[in-house]
Amino acid sequence: MNGLAVALTAFLASAVETVEALTIVLAAGLTRGWRSTLIGVAAALVLLAVLVAALGPALSAIPISILRVVVGALLLAFGLQWLRKAVLRAVGAKPLHDEAAIFARQTAAARTTAPAAGVDWYAFTLAFKGVTLEGLEVVFIVLGVGASAHRLPAAVAGAAAAVVLTVIVGAAVRGPLARVPENTTKFVVGVALTTFGTFWAGEGMGVRWPGSDAALPVLFAFYGVVAAAAVARTRRAVTARGPDVAVAS
Amino acid sequence: MRRLGAFAWDFVVGDDWVGAAGVVIVLALAWVLVHVAHVAAWWVLPPGVTAVLAVTLRRAVRPSPVRPPPQ
Repeated sequence: MNGLAVALTAFLASAVETVEALTIVLAAGLTRGWRSTLIGVAAALVLLAVLVAALGPALSAIPISILRVVVGALLLAFGLQWLRKAVLRAVGAKPLHDEAAIFARQTAAARTTAPAAGVDWYAFTLAFKGVTLEGLEVVFIVLGVGASAHRLPAAVAGAAAAVVLTVIVGAAVRGPLARVPENTTKFVVGVALTTFGTFWAGEGMGVRWPGSDAALPVLFAFYGVVAAAAVARTRRAVTARGPDVAVAS
Repeated sequence: MRRLGAFAWDFVVGDDWVGAAGVVIVLALAWVLVHVAHVAAWWVLPPGVTAVLAVTLRRAVRPSPVRPPPQ
C-alpha cells in the first residue's frame, strides 16, 4: 500500500511538472530548431542527475527521525501550496494553468529573434531553464517522498514512468498537452503531499499515529474532504464578495 | 546569490508566507505536546493543518483594501 501510494504520488506530481516542461521545450524546439533545444534539455537533465546522485546518498546518511521532520515539514508546506493554488483555480480566483496559452506566448516570444548559427542560446536557455525549474520540483518530491518512506525505488519508478509517458504522448501530438486535467491532478498531488508531510513530520517528532501506516489512507481521505469543503467555502466567499475580491497571487 | 535565495524562498514558502509559518507553528505545538506535556499529539496535526489552509485561502480571497478616489 505504502509503496503504491508513493509511486502514484511521484507519478502524478512528475506528470504535472513534465507537462509544463514539455510545453516550454516544444515551444523552443518547434520555433527555434531542435538541436540547441535538445542540448539545453540534456544539460538540464545532467544537472538534475548530479543533484540526485549527490543528494540521494546524503539523505540516506541523515538519521530517519530528523529526515522525516525536515522533509515532512517541507512536503507539508509544499502540499499546502499546491492545494491552495488548486482550490483558488477551481473557484476561478486564480486563472487555470493554460498550456495552450503558455505555448502560444512562448512561441511568439521565441519568434522575435532569428535563430543564430551554431548553438542557438535562446533555445538552449529556454529549454534548460524550463526543464531545470520543473525538474527541481520533481527531484524534491521524489527524493522527499521516497527517502522518508524508505521507498526510493518506487518513487523513482513512478516519476520515470510519468516522464516517459508524457514525452511519448507529447512527441506523438507535437503540441502542448492542453487536455491533461492539470488542476485535478494538482488537487490529488496536493492532498497526497499534505498527507505524507503530516504523517512523516509527526512521526519524526515522536507522534504515534493510531494504526501506524494504516493512518495514511485515513489522512488522505480526511484531507480530500477538507479540500472539497475548502472549494465550497472559498467559492461562497468569492461569490459573496464579487469583484471586490483581491487577486490571488 | 540573491536570485538563488529568491528561488529557494518561492520554492519553499510560495505565494503566502503564512502557510509556511503556520506549518512551523502547528509542528512546534505538536512537539511541545509530545515532549513536554507527554500527550499523544497526533490529533493536533490534521485540524492544525486544516486551519492553516483555511487561513491562507481566506487571505487570498479577502476583499481588496478600499482606496481613496484619485484627486
